[in-house]
Amino acid sequence: MIHVKHQVAFERMQDTLYIRLSGEIDHHSAVDVRVQIDEKLLSDRPKYVYLDLSSIDFMDSSGLGLIMGRMATANRYGGQLIVLDPSPAAGRMIRLAALDRVIQIQFSNTERRTSK
Amino acid sequence: MTATIDYTARVENEMDLKMPSRSVNEGFARAAVAAFCAQLNPTAVELADLKCAVSEAVTNCIVHAYRDGIGEIRLNVKLCEGRIVQVEIRDRGCGIPDIKKAREPLFTTDAAGERSGMGFTVMESFCDAVRVQSRPGRGTTVVLLKRLHP
Repeated sequence: MIHVKHQVAFERMQDTLYIRLSGEIDHHSAVDVRVQIDEKLLSDRPKYVYLDLSSIDFMDSSGLGLIMGRMATANRYGGQLIVLDPSPAAGRMIRLAALDRVIQIQFSNTERRTSK
Repeated sequence: MTATIDYTARVENEMDLKMPSRSVNEGFARAAVAAFCAQLNPTAVELADLKCAVSEAVTNCIVHAYRDGIGEIRLNVKLCEGRIVQVEIRDRGCGIPDIKKAREPLFTTDAAGERSGMGFTVMESFCDAVRVQSRPGRGTTVVLLKRLHP
C-alpha cells in the first residue's frame, strides 16, 4: 500500500467533458492527474469542463493548484471549468482558499452556484 | 486555540519515522501519523486536519527543501497528556531564507509547478499551533500541535 490511489475518468457529451476524479489528491498524484486532464483538454477542446470532485477522499493544497491550473488550461482555448459536487475533503480546501470566489461550483442536487 | 496548548505536557507515547523525500511517501507519512493517533479516538475531522497538515509539511520537504535531489525526512509524533498531538517534520534541505514570507497565504517560489502557496496556511488552519525553525543551507523543522477533543 505505497501508492496513493487515484483515478481519472472521462465522459464526453457533445460540447461538454465530464471528468470524475476519485481517491486522494496530493502533490504525488496531482502530477499524473494534471498530465491526463491536460492531454484530454488540449485534444478535445470542450467548451464546458465539469470537474466532479464528489469521490475525493483526501485533498491537500496540491488539489487547489490542480483545479486552478486546469481552469487556466481551459480558459486558454476558450473553455470554461466548473467544479461539480465537491466532497467534504475537497470542499474544505476550496473554502479555505476562497476558491469559490474565482471558480464556478455546482451542486447537482440543488443547482446552487457560488460563482461571482 | 494556541493559548490552551501546554508546551510542557508529559509525553505518553511516541514514534519516529524516517523516509527519503520521494513524493510517493506523502501518502504514507500522513497515513502513518493518522494510524498512530487513532489510539486517542480522534474525530474524523481531527484526523482529516492532521493528515492534511502533515501532507503539506512533507510535501514542502520534497518540493522545496530537497528540490534538487532526494534527502531524508524525519517524522516524530508525540501523544502528550491532555490529548495533545505533536508532529515534528524535519529535513536537512536548503532551508527557508524568510520564514515570515513563506508563511504568507499564496506566497510560493514554485508557481510553475502549480504550487498554490497555501501550505503553511493549511497547517495553521488545521492545527492549534505551528512552529517553524529554519537555517538556510542546514534545514527546516516544522512542529504541528493539535489538541484533540476531550
